[in-house]
Amino acid sequence: MKMNRLCLVALAAMFAAAPAVAADETLTIGFTVSQTGSLNNDSVAQMRGFELWRDEVNANGGINAGGARYKVTFVSYDDESQNMRVQQLYTRIIVQDKAQFLFSPYSSGLVATAAIISEQYGKIMLTTSSAEQKTYKLGNKNLFQVYSPADQYLAGALLALKERDARAKIAFVYKDDPFSKAVAQATRDLAKADEMLLALDESYSPATTDFGPIINKVISAQATALLGGGHYADGATIARQLHDQKAGLKWVTLLVAPDTPKFAELDDAAVGISVPSQWEPQVTYKPDFGPTAAAFTKRFNARFGIEPGYHAAGGYAAGLLLQHAIEQAGSIDPVKVVDVLNQVDVTTMFGRTRFSTNATEHGLQLGHQMVLAQWQKKNGALVKEVIWPNEAKTADILY
Amino acid sequence: MIGIAASVADGVLVGAVYGLAAMGLTLIWGVMNVINLAHGAIIVFGMFGLYFLAAALGVPAYAAIPGVIVLGFVAGVALYWIAVHRVIGQAELMSLLSTFAVNMVLIGLGTALFSTSPYNIPVSLPGLTWEGYTFTGTHIVAATIAAAIAGLLYLLLHRTRVGKAIRAVAGNRGAAELCGIPTRRVLAMAFGLGVALAAVSGTLIATLFPFTILSGEAYQLKSFVVTVLGGLGNPAGALLGGIALGLVEGLMTPFMPVSWTSVVEFALFVIVLIGYPRGIFAFSRS
Amino acid sequence: MWRRPFPWLIGLMVLLFALIPYCTNDVQLRESLLLAALYIVLASNLNLMIGYAGYVNFGNIVFFGLGGYFCVYLVDAWQWQLLPSALAAGFAVGALALLFGLGILRLRGAFFALATIGVNEAIRQFVANFEPWGGATGIYLSLDAYRPLGGPMQALWTAYFLMVAVMGASLFLSDAIKNSKFGLGLLAIGQNEDAASVLGVPTPGYKAVVYTASAFLPALAGGIYFFKSGIIEPAGAFNLSLSIEAIVMVMLGGQGTVIGPAVGAFLYEELRGLLLTSEAFSHFQLVIAGSLLLIIVLFVPGGLMGFIHRQFPRTRHWLE
Repeated sequence: MKMNRLCLVALAAMFAAAPAVAADETLTIGFTVSQTGSLNNDSVAQMRGFELWRDEVNANGGINAGGARYKVTFVSYDDESQNMRVQQLYTRIIVQDKAQFLFSPYSSGLVATAAIISEQYGKIMLTTSSAEQKTYKLGNKNLFQVYSPADQYLAGALLALKERDARAKIAFVYKDDPFSKAVAQATRDLAKADEMLLALDESYSPATTDFGPIINKVISAQATALLGGGHYADGATIARQLHDQKAGLKWVTLLVAPDTPKFAELDDAAVGISVPSQWEPQVTYKPDFGPTAAAFTKRFNARFGIEPGYHAAGGYAAGLLLQHAIEQAGSIDPVKVVDVLNQVDVTTMFGRTRFSTNATEHGLQLGHQMVLAQWQKKNGALVKEVIWPNEAKTADILY
Repeated sequence: MIGIAASVADGVLVGAVYGLAAMGLTLIWGVMNVINLAHGAIIVFGMFGLYFLAAALGVPAYAAIPGVIVLGFVAGVALYWIAVHRVIGQAELMSLLSTFAVNMVLIGLGTALFSTSPYNIPVSLPGLTWEGYTFTGTHIVAATIAAAIAGLLYLLLHRTRVGKAIRAVAGNRGAAELCGIPTRRVLAMAFGLGVALAAVSGTLIATLFPFTILSGEAYQLKSFVVTVLGGLGNPAGALLGGIALGLVEGLMTPFMPVSWTSVVEFALFVIVLIGYPRGIFAFSRS
Repeated sequence: MWRRPFPWLIGLMVLLFALIPYCTNDVQLRESLLLAALYIVLASNLNLMIGYAGYVNFGNIVFFGLGGYFCVYLVDAWQWQLLPSALAAGFAVGALALLFGLGILRLRGAFFALATIGVNEAIRQFVANFEPWGGATGIYLSLDAYRPLGGPMQALWTAYFLMVAVMGASLFLSDAIKNSKFGLGLLAIGQNEDAASVLGVPTPGYKAVVYTASAFLPALAGGIYFFKSGIIEPAGAFNLSLSIEAIVMVMLGGQGTVIGPAVGAFLYEELRGLLLTSEAFSHFQLVIAGSLLLIIVLFVPGGLMGFIHRQFPRTRHWLE
């Protein structure tokens, strides 16, 4: 419904803005979106990033591959946030809809299943939202990870914390799901290597709604810092209950949850909570091509009426990277495009991008760094500021 | 030691709300031998009810409760006539499936309307602090309201004519009919009551935690465990069962990783079902 | 058995499933049919419990998930081949089913139904905490696992044929049971367990056997399916929704008949596939499926086959 209306608007915009040079052929990119099911919120955000890129590219005459201009079209289906449909749908996308390139579904689990099909047919798939490293260690040749892998998620937070207080007692409290667990394990190893103090290490079931017991445990362990969380609902609850139960922590970094604007609804409970993010609208990377983060944010806001989060930014970046690779290769031949992608080392509004060419972990993202954002009170209103890394920060750390 | 006491106390508070959630389920089950698999969906709609009344219309959080009770009752009666009435006498499988179908429809509509985004209602109340552990005001109020509603339910069932009629139909429908009780109407009201209880428990839960359209499932499962602990058809047992479950959760958390709690809960569930099918708190049917 | 027309019908169906995608080399059709075959396996075996013995197994998906885990684990950690792994998984799950069954089969009606949900959830939580099986992250199969079968392309075809074989086995099993003394005993239990017991039907034994039997083939199917998917994790393996959908399929097609669950599974799968790829309806799949189920339960409890048998009584003989 909404998508149809937007498509019409996009179509109209394309015709209105079409320059003299018209596109000759079409390039089909396929992917699945979680229109229904638990992942739908973030998956749709990601799709909007794709769409914005597509419409801008087409408005500029399409992708220029060695003289031929290609208009980009998408073919996408609902994967219901479930593995079961993903293989069937990707097979359809490749075999019936004849997509030449692929974007990934949303979430590591679905991407792993799609990867088997994409690898089978030798199609390039740029993955967004897939931070789980296991996916890239299975012997692939055509996967390219746009996001930072899971073990990088809290690395920045740990460094920032160490800088502030190397004697902080850390409690790891994280959701028992593939993503959060992977992040927690990697971070724990880093913390141990850095000789930081571990007060508590607990995972909670995804169905947990009451974090009172765990928070009591955190208080018992006399922790001063907390790292972990999972996705929105649990992260928001933890933040709220930490505040209500006066846990008195000096440093709290939660995954994913504090990154959405909705987190501001928690009011006082949100102050001081930091979140690692793949991207924030305020970052000041200088891109080699494509718009700056600020320009992207403005365009996205104008088109969809809301601020883009990193899901949308990641989607947009995937499009940019694919376009860049095709244009550099001068053709849409997958072999040539893979070659270019394997050697790429560029900066876009999303950050630096460089893929691993090591056969055992092909496609793993090496260049991108996570930023750390924190909710602070500015003139009485809650805003999110970037506090780490120092190159991209907009405010000082609140401890 | 203090940590354990705090954990247990907190568990009991939340347990009272679990108990309230289960009361609706057990009432319907006891009166008409129907397991309402739409229970979770109704809890979620109770949560959304609070969201719309409180956040959108500006009604103070706890004042929305009577509104939700009335709406829940009406919805329950409607549901009875739509989905349950025809399958009452038949094999249990049928009512299981019909209520499940209702569940699918409700969740499907909910997802289409609200998507799976999380919603939150900020309710802040001063709590009690003791030795470094705080019992949030919202937990205390929620437990109190749950207990109050349970008390009201007891009064309804035992001190009013309607309550008597419900208990009569629960005991022996045929005999009740012979006594001139309009059993179909009574069944509809009992169902409405059960749904209203589920909805209001959702409202209370919404004051404690954020929720999404899919949150109901977890509470439905907990309600099953509580219902079995307390004995089917026994609302007082349900409250006690809920508190017991909260207690068990509170006792377990200091000693084992929290992720094992659910395994223990379900193991408990199956054991109680096999060993004590009438429930651990089986008083004579009230 | 081969003197009746019906088993020939099953054989024909299996042949069609196997040959059509192969001869047309239509990969997409194969993917659709694989899911359809899987659903038929699940529904058909579930029917043994629901349609014959009258016991509602809400957590039937637990066999599928456990079978998947056993098989994928053997392939991944011990480098076994697909077929022996799947078979081993089937036997392991069958043994576990016997064990659990002895416990929960003493319960009746709704209690049994709830207990099966409890078993499914407990096992899911347990597996999510069980590190050797990947814990919450699950097991990711390396692409090397497909080499013994000739690479991913070939492996997916092999997996498909195996699944069709399992589907055939499920239907033949269902038919064989229905026309045996064992089946008669089960149907008696379904009608009135106490009367059956008094009349000499060894109810505890029969129930245990049918419960175990209803676990074996879904476990095999689970092994094959998750091998093909390349990844198995607790949420996807023990998905309660799929469990419930299996029940819808059995009801839709007609419980207690042999072909009913297969028809129901096929129809349901096609319906879902249609809804998914249709822009207008994808948001409403759940609503449509739920409404469909409600209508069936309220007005046509015998399902499609029930309806056909009533309208055309002759079909009762050859279309079981």
